[in-house]
Amino acid sequence: MSSVAERYQTLSSNIQFQKRFSVAWRLVVAVVLILFSIFPVLWIVSASFDNTNSLATQSLIPAQAGIKNYERLFNLDPDFQFGDMFFWRWVFNSVKVAAITTVLSLSITTMAAYAFSRMRFAGRVTMLKGILLIQVFPNLLALVAIYVIIFQTGEIIPALGLNTHAGLILVYLGGSMGLNIWLMKGFLDTVPRAIDESGMVDGASHWQIFSTLLLPLLRPILVVIGILSFIGTYGDFILARILLNDVKEYTLMVGLQIFTSGQFDKKWGVFAAGALIGALPIMITYLTLQDQIAGGLTAGAVKE
Amino acid sequence: MTTKAVRPSRSIQASAESPLSLLTRVILILVFDVGAVWFLYNAYTQGFTQLVIVIGLIAVLQNVIFLHPRAYPFRWMAIGLGLLILFTIYPIIFTIYVAFTNYGDGHLLTREQVIPLIEKTTYLPETGQAYSWTAYKSADGQYTLWLTGADGQTYLVKPGVPITPAKPGDPGIGEADSKGIPQTVEGYQRLNTLLAAADKELPNIKFGVEGERTVQVRSPQEAAELAIRYVYDPATDAFTDQSTGVVYTAKEGTYTSQTGDTLKPGYRTEVGLKNFIEFATSPALRGPLVQIMTWNFIFPTISVLSTFSLGLLIAILYNDRDFPLKKIIRSLLLIPYTIPGLITILIWRGMLNPEFGVINRTLENWFGWAPPWTTEAFWAQAAVLLVNLWLGYPYFMLVTSGALQSISADLYEAATVDGASPWQRFTNITLPLLLVAVGPLLIASYVYNFNNFNLIYLFIAGGPPIVGAATQAGYTDILISYVYKLAFESGGRGVQYGYASAISIIVFLIVGAITLLQYRFTNMWEEVGQNV
Repeated sequence: MSSVAERYQTLSSNIQFQKRFSVAWRLVVAVVLILFSIFPVLWIVSASFDNTNSLATQSLIPAQAGIKNYERLFNLDPDFQFGDMFFWRWVFNSVKVAAITTVLSLSITTMAAYAFSRMRFAGRVTMLKGILLIQVFPNLLALVAIYVIIFQTGEIIPALGLNTHAGLILVYLGGSMGLNIWLMKGFLDTVPRAIDESGMVDGASHWQIFSTLLLPLLRPILVVIGILSFIGTYGDFILARILLNDVKEYTLMVGLQIFTSGQFDKKWGVFAAGALIGALPIMITYLTLQDQIAGGLTAGAVKE
Repeated sequence: MTTKAVRPSRSIQASAESPLSLLTRVILILVFDVGAVWFLYNAYTQGFTQLVIVIGLIAVLQNVIFLHPRAYPFRWMAIGLGLLILFTIYPIIFTIYVAFTNYGDGHLLTREQVIPLIEKTTYLPETGQAYSWTAYKSADGQYTLWLTGADGQTYLVKPGVPITPAKPGDPGIGEADSKGIPQTVEGYQRLNTLLAAADKELPNIKFGVEGERTVQVRSPQEAAELAIRYVYDPATDAFTDQSTGVVYTAKEGTYTSQTGDTLKPGYRTEVGLKNFIEFATSPALRGPLVQIMTWNFIFPTISVLSTFSLGLLIAILYNDRDFPLKKIIRSLLLIPYTIPGLITILIWRGMLNPEFGVINRTLENWFGWAPPWTTEAFWAQAAVLLVNLWLGYPYFMLVTSGALQSISADLYEAATVDGASPWQRFTNITLPLLLVAVGPLLIASYVYNFNNFNLIYLFIAGGPPIVGAATQAGYTDILISYVYKLAFESGGRGVQYGYASAISIIVFLIVGAITLLQYRFTNMWEEVGQNV
C-alpha cells in the first residue's frame, strides 16, 4: 500500500515539476521574444532622449540624456532650426483628415452594407464579388489618374484641388466601398430579421429601421472598423505625399518621411521624438482595444 | 378595412415614401444636377475631356438611382458608388488604356500638340536674304544686333522681341558712325569686329521671337533670317526637312526617316501589344525582370511562412488560460503591430544602417564583422525579410490564438488517450483545423506581401542596384516597386507610364488568379450565392 502511495506521490510531484518546468522555459522564451518585439521601440525612446541627435553615437542609455530633441522638434531650440518644421500642425492635419475620413467612410460603408444585407436587387451578387476583385488591382499606378483627376477638379473647384485636405479626403473615401462592406454585411447578416420586421409592422421606413433599430446594435463592429479605418488613414503615406505639396498642409507621415531625405543619421533623435509622439496614441488605442480588434480581424474568416 | 388588409398577399415591407420626402428628393436631385452641369461645362471649356466623360456618367447614374423606383437599393450606396467609379474604376480603365500606348518621356503630348512644336524648329539657310551685322553686349551678358539689309533698311534686334525697323538717333540709340551704324545703344557696349567674331555665344543666339521671324549670325560678315526646317503635310502625316529633303513619316508616335533618324518630341499614341511584348522578350529587360519576378515569389512565400510560424508558435506557447502574465506577454508581443507601418520601417532603416546603425555597431564590437545590409543582395533580402517578420507576426499571433480557442479540447483528449505524441497532435489536429480557419488569411497575407510596396520602397528603395540593368532595378525590387520606379522616377530611360501600366496589369492578373483561387478554396463565392 505504502509503495503505491509513494509512487503516487513521486508521480504527482513529477507532474508538478514538469508543469513548473514547462512554464519556466516558456517564460524564458517569452523574454527573448519580447526583447525582439520591443527593442526597436526602446531604441527610439532612447534615441529621442539622446541630445546628440545622431545615429552614430547613440547607445541604449543615452550619454547625454535630455529633452533637446523634443525642443528641436517643436522649434524651441534656437541653435538648431529645421527649415519647414510644423510638427503640431502635421499632427493636427493627420488627426483632422483621419477623423473626417473615418466618420464619412463609416456612413458610406454601413449604409451600403445595409442595402446588401437587407434588400434583394439585380446585380447584388455581382457587385459584392466585384468589390472584392477590385481590391486586388495594384492601385499604385492609379496614382497617375488620381493625380490628374484632383488637379483638374482643382482648376474648377479650387477647394477640392491639389494640396487641399478636402481633395485628399475625397480620394480616401473612394476606398470606402471595399472589404469593410463585407465585414459590415457579415455582421448585419447575423442580426435577426425579426427586428426589422417588428419595425415594418409598425410602419417604419427603411431609414427609420436602419437608424433607430439596427444602428445601435452595430456599435461594436462600428468601433472596430472605425478604429481600423482611422489608423489606416492616419498611417497612409503615398496618397498624401502625392497630393499635398505645401509643407504646412502635410500629414504627419509625410512630414516624418522628410527626415529620411538627406542626412537621416544626423536627424535621428528628432525623428525618434516625432515618431514616438506620432505612434503612441495609436499604440495605446490598439493595446486597450486589442480583443475587440482581434475579433474584428478574424470575423470574416474564423468561424466557429 | 385598413390599408394593411388591402394588400394581404404581400410580405411585410418597409412603408412607402411620404410626399414630403419625395419633394425633398426631387429638389435635391435638381440642385445636384445644376451643380453637375456647371462643373461639366467648366471642365469642358478647360478641355478636360476624360473628366467630363467620367463625371458625366456618374451624374447620369445618380439621376437614375434617385429617380427610378427600382433603383431604390442603390440610393443606399449612391455616394460610395460615385466615388468608387471616380477613384477606383476609372483609374483602372485609365491604366489599362495607357498599357497599350507609348505614354512616357518623349511621348507625353498629343499629336495635335507635337506638330506645332516641330514646326517651330528653324535652321539657318546657306543662301537667302542676308544682313550685315554689328553686335552690342550689356554688362549682364545680353546681346543685341544692329542689322543692315541689302535694301539699306536697318533694324535693332533682341532675343524674344519682334523684329522692327530702327534708325540711328531713335530713343535709346546713339548717333551713326561713318558707316551708318550707331556708335552706342543704351545699356549695351558695342563690340568691335574682332571681339564679335571671336564671341562663342553669339552664333547660337536667335534674335526675334521664335516661331515668328528670327535672325541668327551665320558668319562674321552675315546674319540671316532663319527658315522653318520641317514642313508638315497633313495628307501624308509626314514632315519634310527643308534643308536636306529627308521625309519623316509617323511611326508608333515618332516621326521617323527612312534611315531611322527621329524628330523630337514624339506624341502619345496606341502601340498595341508592344509594351507586353517588350516585357516578355526584351533582352535588356529580361535580366532584371527574371530576378525581380523570382524574388517577387520568394519574398511573400518566406514572409508568410515566417510570420505565420512565429505567430502560431507564440499563440500555442501562451494559449493556456492560466499561464502567468499571459495578458502582459501578449500585449508586449503585439506592439510591432500597433505602430504605423511607415514609422516602423523608418526605425528599422536607422537601426540596420550599415555604418551607424546599432545592430551593425554591436555585431562589429562582438564579432568584428556585420552584414552589409544595404550593399549585398543576399543581406538586403535577409534584412527585408527580418523587418517583415517583425512587422507581420503579431497579426498571425492574433488570428491564430482566436482560431486555436475554437478547436475542441475533446479532440486532444481523444488523441492523448490513443497515445499520440504532442508533435502528432500538432500535425494531425491543430494544423489541419487551423489551416481551414486561417487559410484565407494566409492567402490574403501572401497577396498583400506580393505588392508590399511600402516596405520594399521605404526601407531600401529596392536596392542594392542590379549592375548592368537597362532600367533602374535592384535586388530587393518586387514588380510593384519596379513599376513605381518606371512610372515616377526617371532613370536612364526616363518615365515610362505605358510600360509601367503593362506590368501592373500583369501583376493584377497574377494576384487576381491567386485571389480567385482563394475564393474558390473558401467557398466565398458560393456563400454569396446562397444568401440571395
